[in-house]
Amino acid sequence: MTAAVIILTILALIFGLALGYAAIRFRIVGNPIADKIEAVLPQTQCAQCGYPGCRPYAEAIAAEEVEINRCPPGGEAGIKQLAELLGKEVIPLDEDVGIEKALPEVAIIHEDICIGCTKCILACPVDAILGAAKQMHTVITDECTGCELCIPPCPVDCIDMVPTKIDINNWHWHKPIPITTITDAGISSNIQSSEQSG
Amino acid sequence: MNQRHTDSIGDYLHNFPGGLKLKHHKALSCSKPLPAAEIPLSREYVVPITQHLGKPTEIIVSVGQSVKKGQALSKPGKSGQAPGAQVHAPTSGIVTAIQAMPVPHPSGLSSPCVVIEADGNDSWIKLEPVKDYKSLSCIELIQHVRAAGIVGLGGAVFPTDIKLQSTSCSIDTLILNGVECEPYISCDETLMRQAPERVIEGALILGHAFNITNILIAIEDPMDTCRKTLEKCIKQFDADDLITVVCVPMLYPEGGERQLIQVLSGKEVPAGKLPSAMGVLVQNVATIAAIHAAIIEGKPLIERLVTVTGAGIKDPQNVSARIGTPIADLVNYCGGYTPSVARLIMGGPLMGLGLQSDQLPIVKASNCILALTHANIASKQTEMPCINCGNCVNVCPAGLLPQSLQMVIRADNFEALESLNLDACIECGCCDYVCPSHIPLVDYFRYGKGEQRARAREKQFSERAKSRFELRETRLEKLKAERLARHQKRKQALVGSADKKDSVAAAIARAKARKQAITDQQASSRSNPENNSSSGSEDHS
Repeated sequence: MTAAVIILTILALIFGLALGYAAIRFRIVGNPIADKIEAVLPQTQCAQCGYPGCRPYAEAIAAEEVEINRCPPGGEAGIKQLAELLGKEVIPLDEDVGIEKALPEVAIIHEDICIGCTKCILACPVDAILGAAKQMHTVITDECTGCELCIPPCPVDCIDMVPTKIDINNWHWHKPIPITTITDAGISSNIQSSEQSG
Repeated sequence: MNQRHTDSIGDYLHNFPGGLKLKHHKALSCSKPLPAAEIPLSREYVVPITQHLGKPTEIIVSVGQSVKKGQALSKPGKSGQAPGAQVHAPTSGIVTAIQAMPVPHPSGLSSPCVVIEADGNDSWIKLEPVKDYKSLSCIELIQHVRAAGIVGLGGAVFPTDIKLQSTSCSIDTLILNGVECEPYISCDETLMRQAPERVIEGALILGHAFNITNILIAIEDPMDTCRKTLEKCIKQFDADDLITVVCVPMLYPEGGERQLIQVLSGKEVPAGKLPSAMGVLVQNVATIAAIHAAIIEGKPLIERLVTVTGAGIKDPQNVSARIGTPIADLVNYCGGYTPSVARLIMGGPLMGLGLQSDQLPIVKASNCILALTHANIASKQTEMPCINCGNCVNVCPAGLLPQSLQMVIRADNFEALESLNLDACIECGCCDYVCPSHIPLVDYFRYGKGEQRARAREKQFSERAKSRFELRETRLEKLKAERLARHQKRKQALVGSADKKDSVAAAIARAKARKQAITDQQASSRSNPENNSSSGSEDHS
């Protein structure tokens, strides 16, 4: 009886020490779940989700304070990825925060209207606007995330969002559209019309 | 095949997995000799600035400028970036426009082009041939190749100077790829039959600069006349011990770089590695002929052999066409279209690119202009579900699993795609050809590759945006801290001045006290003058 108590006590002590050591030695720094969520988010830093950037939103999702459908730039694909990562249901994008754009957009400054007030420069979360007080400003297109945060501060409304252009360098093949829906009659009429035109 | 004492690449032939035996259709265009005279000058040449695989080059001519034949129209971008291959004026004339125009590209999109109106003189710039190619080091050779704007003419149009550079002078075997396995195309065979000396001497130039000990010219079995001509020419150059002609069995897509290396060496080039890792350099014979022209004649790449063929062409043949010639001019030179023509393709029937118009220009990649009739074209079949028959796996020359690839791409499952090695796909079209369900497999793979690259680009972009955001945050943080520190300092300065005020007040108080003391003393000295004088002298000291 006493032997058993002593052995168990010693064992408890040993395990307790080992666990205590492990807790210090293998301490997890930061929030790994938030890191994973942040990696999925598009890093536009647009704050449309209501948080001041992608990291705070990721932390809020990790803490389960907020739904995963508040990121318009990430869109449906982003929601799907988040749902997969967190084992949640895929839900549609919350339209109150914004809508998903068909094509990514970048800001352009109409340089003849710009008065050089530097307000947009202060608003840009990724330092993609170049300029100085009373000098013309311009957007570094390659760095612009399309967050639109520069638009409200502009006193002369000289910033526009334009969809990024698809040219030969960034074009890629679209997904094949299966032609299973075309009826036989449709196919033969297609061939006939092409024969006539050829 | 010549027997050698040691086993080296090319001594024995091996197999690559898969492949298809296809009808050749080459006699159509190959039976005729090359026309002796050049084809007549076109009125206008449209030279796309980007004709290579890689970053666009910078235009260095302006509208209205007159240019000579062979003058550079663009220059490679800034060093540091991957340099592109420059383009040159195909004839002398005036630059009438620099604008985006339709080019042969699957997207059908426009790309910047330089339009040159021919002046009819066709006068060259001053050509600077290399007098003795044996004096060239590999670095100098690469510089000449770069200045001539040479790209891989087999179809990949990868800048040759970059390819040569990446081999870093450490190769021992040069394989000249004359296999030309795709049906209909016969421009390489024509080149080897009609101008073998350009190929052989070109090979010697490259072999000398890179200290290559073994040069193989790989051609297909049926090209027997070609083999005889080449061997005769090798004897003339007295290069028997260096250059060997190897006939490989006819099997599509044996002309693929990796497939050819596998056939000749029995070893597979590891995925993600370049052939130079095995000490092998593969060059298309037309590329070698272009290097020959650049070194011996000093001419940049402004023309190439093009096979104009197919049942849709009246007089199929190989012609030497300048880059920028409208395809319609070439077709007219070859007798025009037959009435039954239905489709125009640049390249071969399996890997070629459907053209929207014959007004597009010939580019460096145009090895063949193929006009097909309805009889040649399989009617579009309804796509049926995959039945897992495995035919595509049997024919895949890269040893991939086309049906699995197709399924994950269809489901947009790009995570699963990563383990299936889609990058190794050469888009040869064998799987497409054998699929009993008429699934457009290659179309799926092209989409998958494009999407994969786009996603990688997005990932990179978002990482950059994140780091820029974080840098900005730390900068703002720092500025805030600095501002706080400044405020603190100023406050302290204010506190300091308060001390001063106190000290001033104290001084005033002291002065007042002293004055008080003096008046007190004066008052007392009136009553006692001796005491007063002694205390006054003490004060002064």
